[in-house]
Amino acid sequence: MVELALPKNSQIKEGKTWPKPVKADGKPATNLREYRIYRWSPDDGENPRIDTYYVDMDDCGPMVLDGLIWIKNHIDATLTFRRSCREGICGSCAMNIDGTNTLACTKGMDEIASTVKIYPLPHMAVVKDLIPDMNHFYAQHRSVEPWLQTTSPTPEKEWLQSHEDREKLDGLYECILCACCSTSCPSYWWNGDRYLGPAVLLQAYRWLIDSRDESTGERLDNLEDPFRLYRCHTIMNCAQACPKGLNPAKAIAEIKKMMVERRV
Amino acid sequence: MKDMRTPLSRVRGLGSAKEGTEHFWRQRVTAVANVPLTIAFVWLVISLAGAPYAEVVATLSNPFVAILLSLIIISALVHMKLGMQVVIEDYVHGEIGKMLLLMANTFFVIAVGAVSLFSILKLAFAG
Ligand code: SF4
Ligand code: SF4
Ligand code: FES
Repeated sequence: MVELALPKNSQIKEGKTWPKPVKADGKPATNLREYRIYRWSPDDGENPRIDTYYVDMDDCGPMVLDGLIWIKNHIDATLTFRRSCREGICGSCAMNIDGTNTLACTKGMDEIASTVKIYPLPHMAVVKDLIPDMNHFYAQHRSVEPWLQTTSPTPEKEWLQSHEDREKLDGLYECILCACCSTSCPSYWWNGDRYLGPAVLLQAYRWLIDSRDESTGERLDNLEDPFRLYRCHTIMNCAQACPKGLNPAKAIAEIKKMMVERRV
Repeated sequence: MKDMRTPLSRVRGLGSAKEGTEHFWRQRVTAVANVPLTIAFVWLVISLAGAPYAEVVATLSNPFVAILLSLIIISALVHMKLGMQVVIEDYVHGEIGKMLLLMANTFFVIAVGAVSLFSILKLAFAG
């Protein structure tokens, strides 16, 4: 739903500035990078706040995620975020960094001019600090039944697919479901309860276009809805946000094309 | 009341409406139609600007001009109605308010259309 101002209990306050790091020999670290990070805990009834940290760059890796881990290990163990693969393949470290949704593990600190400002993915309920609640997003993914569906007798070996048909999955199968695209989409912000959003629609298209799948019609039936599909107005934020360089807007346009194709 | 439905049940909701493509397609069709129609309309307005009443009536009594003007009105209004509907669906979330606004949108377009078409026909036939 459209909200131009944050509700009172979500308004962000200035938080704590944590002390600058000191080297092992007791001298103050000089090569510092400032981080300003959104903090919120479900347990204390407080409003969210922005804490300021200083990372010793002589002791830290080059990526934004390296900085977060460094802070967690050396300054503030309560700082909470998701990460796993640290190489852009699990999709768990998606957050809003320097004003854009991206993966902390593939975003280099050198790409950011000065202070690294980090918020959770926009317009999602926050579980804690940088961790958004992904339940609804995953349920939406589940609702497009993202698996191969067939009625023909299962072949002895694999379901065959030509090289050309396999190529149609390029630019789709690489999606890691990080949700950077969906949470950058204004339509998903305002109507995310019913609009499936770019990530899930890209996944839906991945199965629609799979030559081995035999449920294309049912899949289209399931998507044909003013809210599930047609909330996309080709604003293109999604394609700009995707850290894997994919183009969900194009996949959505292809779905709409299929919808028209089957009726004209 | 605490909502204890599962996330999947909430997402599936009332199911797919199995529509939206008609709306999408009509919006494209009227958009395409509006291009030549708008050019014709602008041309007509420019050529009639400042003309005396009798000349306007004379031009409009040409069936080609009257039909063209009517088509412009219909195509533009349908396009406008579809666009406004999207804006309402995007931004208005109370179910009752949304219904009322969607109805008002339809009524407004039909009223404007009726008045416009009547005026064109009146000029075309009666002067
Ligand atoms: S193109 Fe569609 S899905 Fe992508 S940001 Fe725009 S409205 Fe959202
Ligand atoms: S399309 Fe890109 S941004 Fe969207 S979920 Fe997939 S990988 Fe992430
Ligand atoms: S940690 Fe896996 S994508 Fe960043």
